[in-house]
Amino acid sequence: MSAALVPAFVQALPQGADYLRILPEILLSIFGMIVMVLEPLLDEKTSQKILGQIALLGALAGLGSTWFMAQTPGLAFWNMVQVDSFSVFFHVLIIAITAVVILISYEYMAVQRIRAGEYYALILFGAVGMALMSSAVELVLIFIALEISSISSYVLAGFRRHEAASAEASLKYFLLGSFATAFFLYGVALMFGATGSTNIDRISNTLRAAPVPLLAYVAVALMFVGLGFKVAAAPFHIWTPDVYEGSPAPVVGLMSTAPKAAAFAVLLRVVFVINVHAIFWVIWVAAALSMTLGNISAFVQSNVKRLLAYSSIAHAGYLLVAFAAAPQLGTSAAMFYTAAYAAMNLGAFAVVSHFANAGERYVTLEDYEGLGRSSPLLAAALTIFLLSLIGIPMTGGFFAKFYVFSAAVKANLIWLTVIGVVNGGIGAYYYLRIIVMMYMREPRKEVPVMPVPFTLGVALAACLAATLYLGLFPGRVLQYTQDSAQQLLQPTQPHVTSSAPVPAVSATL
Amino acid sequence: MRTDDLSSIILTLVTFAPLAGGLLLMLLPRRDRDIRIFALVISLLTFVLSLHLPVYFHRGHTGFQYEVDRQWVSTPNIHYHMGVDGISLWLVVLTTFLTPLCVLISWKSIHERAKEFFILLLIMETALIGVFTSLDLFLFYFFWEATLIPMALLIGIFGHGRKVYAAVKFFMYTMIGSVFMLAAILWLYAHTGSFDFAVIRDRIASGSVLQFPVAAQWLFLGFFLAFAVKVPLFPFHTWLPDAHVEAPTAGSVLLAGVLLKMGTYGLLRFNLGLFPEQARRNAPWIIVLALIGIIYGALVAMVQPNMKKLIAYSSVSHLGFVVLGIFSFTQAGLDGAMFVMLAHGVSTGGLFMLAGILHERRHTYEITEFGGLASPMPRYAAVYLFIVLASAGLPLLNGFIGEFLVLSGAFQDKPIYGILGATGIIWSAVYLLWMYQRVFYGNITHPVNNSLSDLSGFEKAAILPCALAALVMGVAPILWLGAIDPAVRAALTPFAQVVGRVVSQ
Repeated sequence: MSAALVPAFVQALPQGADYLRILPEILLSIFGMIVMVLEPLLDEKTSQKILGQIALLGALAGLGSTWFMAQTPGLAFWNMVQVDSFSVFFHVLIIAITAVVILISYEYMAVQRIRAGEYYALILFGAVGMALMSSAVELVLIFIALEISSISSYVLAGFRRHEAASAEASLKYFLLGSFATAFFLYGVALMFGATGSTNIDRISNTLRAAPVPLLAYVAVALMFVGLGFKVAAAPFHIWTPDVYEGSPAPVVGLMSTAPKAAAFAVLLRVVFVINVHAIFWVIWVAAALSMTLGNISAFVQSNVKRLLAYSSIAHAGYLLVAFAAAPQLGTSAAMFYTAAYAAMNLGAFAVVSHFANAGERYVTLEDYEGLGRSSPLLAAALTIFLLSLIGIPMTGGFFAKFYVFSAAVKANLIWLTVIGVVNGGIGAYYYLRIIVMMYMREPRKEVPVMPVPFTLGVALAACLAATLYLGLFPGRVLQYTQDSAQQLLQPTQPHVTSSAPVPAVSATL
Repeated sequence: MRTDDLSSIILTLVTFAPLAGGLLLMLLPRRDRDIRIFALVISLLTFVLSLHLPVYFHRGHTGFQYEVDRQWVSTPNIHYHMGVDGISLWLVVLTTFLTPLCVLISWKSIHERAKEFFILLLIMETALIGVFTSLDLFLFYFFWEATLIPMALLIGIFGHGRKVYAAVKFFMYTMIGSVFMLAAILWLYAHTGSFDFAVIRDRIASGSVLQFPVAAQWLFLGFFLAFAVKVPLFPFHTWLPDAHVEAPTAGSVLLAGVLLKMGTYGLLRFNLGLFPEQARRNAPWIIVLALIGIIYGALVAMVQPNMKKLIAYSSVSHLGFVVLGIFSFTQAGLDGAMFVMLAHGVSTGGLFMLAGILHERRHTYEITEFGGLASPMPRYAAVYLFIVLASAGLPLLNGFIGEFLVLSGAFQDKPIYGILGATGIIWSAVYLLWMYQRVFYGNITHPVNNSLSDLSGFEKAAILPCALAALVMGVAPILWLGAIDPAVRAALTPFAQVVGRVVSQ
């Protein structure tokens, strides 16, 4: 049908394909709402299980729908959302993390006697925000998605509501987090001032055409602050240990992987697509600081959750090394790293949250003494995750570090690489401490270990499989990340530049 | 199956047979006897398989044999590239030879968690063989790091005394040493686009690697540090006595017998193979470190009250010979270095087994606790003497040939190196024989020693092959040197060119 016959406003409306491109987000939202609606209707005792199952179903539906999303690459909703293999990668990753976290939460919620349907709903809503972050190419939309995901995690952090630490975690996370997002918003505003646009592609084209104004540098730096907070990179990492210690363990597993992956996805777009390479030194310093501070602080921790919090800071540092490298290699290395890190860290937190028991009583290093004897399988699984975090061959963590440093060396960042590999060596110590506790010490006190429920078993098996798969056969995933990096970085044609709203070019296909 | 077919997969078989065995072992029920027998069968099978390598080895050829080259990951360009030459051939066989002996010696001494022990032992074997057979730098690093975990666990779980401290120290030293190698490997990949040893070597030799002259010294040092920690070269040796003393017997045997050779093998293969000019330039101070290691190791060994610590320090001394031989850049020196590696593996492996046998009976390694053992344990004393003499370098036993060749190589390089190195032989005779005298001769000072039982069947089965190997290696070294010599000559060709270049300038 010819365009002239159709009223202008109909053309401006989103087309069917547009909805396909955000299908995972739609499904996740719907299931989240179902959970919210059902929660007051069901009786208290049975509701937990059913709601959890609905949430899991939602996550799986979302995961499945990424396939449809992948079939319809292109822009949607007036150039605000871009579906390419890059965003599909992060969608799959984030929603898979969500599914695993829901699996872990089943047992946790029962043991900790937390009764709240909104827990699952919030996880799903958070996933919507994170998923949207990875496909949004409009800074304002990115901001909104960031807020959706952040607000969910602020609330989730406070779910152990009888614990003062949890309330503290939630409040701290909320206050500092809002502060940081404000920085991001400032960055967006300044970028709009500098280039007259909030669309990443258009910004990129504008900046490429003319000398980069100072304002753009400031804008990118401010955005980096906001995102640096989200990924817990030094010097914006101060909140991490307290929040991780106070929050429920499965939520920490979620917080340390999914929002980080989403924030890194945004950062990849901001750093490499907008391509203001002058913040190179900012990233260099942040990477070196995060690795070093994270590792050194982790040395003296006696609480496993705090230890893993500092380790996550160090890993954010390794990841940032990739951002200092050349765009093509850096992007694919960073993508691979987020996936490998998600698998191993989530696995570690799955074990920690199972082992913590009611009221999270058993979370210190001493509690892990003799675990190798009392629960060999659990200990073996945790060992593999820790070895992967160290970066020992045959695990995903090894290849992840390897690609990141390989990209850095290719970009001639010898010093950053040396700082990184030395950190990797030193960092082995504190992970090793946990392994030593589990296998080489006799238990000094009675720590009950409950049998592993089926759902947790599935979650652990998934994380293990992913960790080992990435460690032994990294080829396919790596190829995928390389292809998507290429797709992401190829210069885009300027879009139709009439006044907004403009129908998406590809939406009319 | 025709031997040609077998030759193409033999390395893969030998490398992964123990791992497969270890994985199968995981499925077996916890009946210690079955587990031990299974582990023994697997390790013997691996040994038999590995004998294919020397039997069908073309001795005249200098290049790599039994090569397999398959792509593992496309970008980065990682290959599953395996192959052996005369240098790595015998180290593989040494590994497969010692592992069944380790199983035998642990037969009675490991009661608790036997299943985990043998699984770790077999995994360890795969990683060790992999180190010697991989020709892809990435693959090499992969196996190199993979040896760390099983060894650290063997020490930390099955050791005694301050085992955890020793395990963590071992792990951290090696880990931090090897990350510099990782950085160097990454640099080489970034500038050559390949991890393949031969490709990188040829590209460096042809001078077509950008920025190589600037980075070469750092790359050399990156590799050197990783290997020096492993050897261990003075002053990086402090982890070794701790690890040895606290490790279980089988752990010590593999540690001394094979693990340390990873370091010297690495020096020979990578530091000499990839960076001949830098090796030449850095040789003087490395030789000084090696000489310090020889003499200092021997002197410290002499005053050790602990038998196992004494043997551990004697390793520092012996491995000093290896490094001295390698950096003399002479045919004799390198042949000797290779031979010392093998001889040391057999005789020090044997010594650790013997020390372990004593420990099982008395639960101590203190030399003063013993004395006059020759009368209650005559067979044990005889084998012990045999191995001690082999280790001290008595002619017609294996220690002599290697040290003789190393010293003659060192003399060719600079007489003073030879003279200082030769004192090491004297020292080694002193500390070993003195220890032997204190343990076996004189009167029995502790009544409990009167009732010590002599070698049991399993112990004999473990130790006699070592003694036999020591004898055969001493009488007919040509069986080994025949394959080593051409490989060493090939390894030395770039040095002739380097010398030529220096002279023509």
